[in-house]
Amino acid sequence: MVKPRVVAAFAGFVLLLAGCSTGGTGQAQGERTVTVLAAASLTESFDELAGRFEAENPGVKVQLDYAGSSTLVEQLAQGRRADVFASADTKNMDKATGAGVTGAEPQVFATNKLTIAVPKGNPDHIASLADLNAPGRLVVQCAPQVPCGSAARTVEQAAGLRINAASEENDVKSVLRKVTAGEADAGLVYVTDAKAAADQVQGVDFPEAQRAINDYPIVSLKDAPEPELGAKFLDYVRGPVGAEVLTAHGFGTE
Amino acid sequence: MSRSRTRRAPSAGFPAVLWVPAAFALALIVLPVLGLLTRVDPARLPALLTSSAAVDALDLSVRTSLVATVLSLVFGGPLAVVLARARLRGVRVLRAVVLLPLVLPPVVGGLALLYLLGRTGPLGGLLDDAGLRLPYTTAAVVLAQTFVAMPFLVVGLEGALRSADARYEQVAATLGAGPWLTFRRVTVPMLLPALGSSVVLTFARALGEFGATITFAGSLQGTTRTLPLAVYTTAQSDVDAAVAMSLLLVALALLVIGLAGTKAVEGRA
Repeated sequence: MVKPRVVAAFAGFVLLLAGCSTGGTGQAQGERTVTVLAAASLTESFDELAGRFEAENPGVKVQLDYAGSSTLVEQLAQGRRADVFASADTKNMDKATGAGVTGAEPQVFATNKLTIAVPKGNPDHIASLADLNAPGRLVVQCAPQVPCGSAARTVEQAAGLRINAASEENDVKSVLRKVTAGEADAGLVYVTDAKAAADQVQGVDFPEAQRAINDYPIVSLKDAPEPELGAKFLDYVRGPVGAEVLTAHGFGTE
Repeated sequence: MSRSRTRRAPSAGFPAVLWVPAAFALALIVLPVLGLLTRVDPARLPALLTSSAAVDALDLSVRTSLVATVLSLVFGGPLAVVLARARLRGVRVLRAVVLLPLVLPPVVGGLALLYLLGRTGPLGGLLDDAGLRLPYTTAAVVLAQTFVAMPFLVVGLEGALRSADARYEQVAATLGAGPWLTFRRVTVPMLLPALGSSVVLTFARALGEFGATITFAGSLQGTTRTLPLAVYTTAQSDVDAAVAMSLLLVALALLVIGLAGTKAVEGRA
């Protein structure tokens, strides 16, 4: 006997939630926003690029959201709207294409590779991957389910060894944090991460890293709220300014 | 609902309109779990549930949560008695402090544990010198779970003790029973009804622990990667497998609540 009322009220409840989810942008009149979803490892470089893009295009705001690439793909597949998506690997970009959320052919705009992050001054004198397996050494790396972890597996295979990790973290920044906090002697991170934390860690490059070069593809999205602005930002990232900023943060650009 | 059909004594009753918000509350809890079920591929489920990642995580979760519950009981039980019965001035402050892990985001709890017991922490440094290292060990998982779960036990037991009549204990004392005998024969039996619900809540909280564990103990299959951590890691690459593990967690939680009996959960076993 209460059923119709329950259904009606439930519908109202859902509408209320929907209202909350769309009302939060707080856009100023005349200001246009381009929404960019980017892999967490792009944080420093895309923050800088967005600032320069905004300075060159008055009235335009770049809204950035960083997370693990797979998380972002899942959000897009579940209906999140954005203009541009930059992934930390081709695997997740392929997933986005497979889910039908991309609006064009993805383009690789940067590359990254692994390095061994050690505390500044390299107190344990780590010089190679093999040194990580010395007795008593506390090493952390990414879980093989995430891009930095599958890259780690590839370099381990290339070096013919398995790193005896104390922990397999879910993202590369967690690995870096364990090293900067002094809770690990070394960690496998990207060159760009070591560079971003250069005041606390240094990177030890190793030859096998060349075997797992990570491609970063970028794409404009289908159903983009601001397609022209999105395309403009994408071109900016792939253009000379993008190359300059990305290189400065340790990425490779062709 | 129609009172004429039931033979039970008429209850005090409640306004029928309460059904509406109550239905929302129920829907908010039940519908997402049902949503999980819609993501399950029945053909893949058996293989996903018996994968080494899932089995290792389940095994680790059950073992660590049980130990954390026992530790909570052994240390938190006496703490509840002290908080409820001690006549010291600072007890009220202590009572608030005990609630901290309930209020803090678990990640903050994990960081706090790490900064105390990590090898750069004041206590962890000493332990490290003694050759004992907690982070990245199963012991760290248990510690993180105990940290977040023990307050449930303390609060549950303390509330029961404070609403129970302290005069029974006073009478026992006037009849010549010492503090130890009074505690064993009067206080503990008074606590038993609340014990069931508190223990179940504590175990359930330990089972679901995520933030403090991943921050303090790290994540390694078979050593520190409990079910919640495994769900998160697996979701990065295989959502179906992650959903299967989530179902394991749901089933385990239902099993615990079922075993304990709803009466125990309601606090009047």
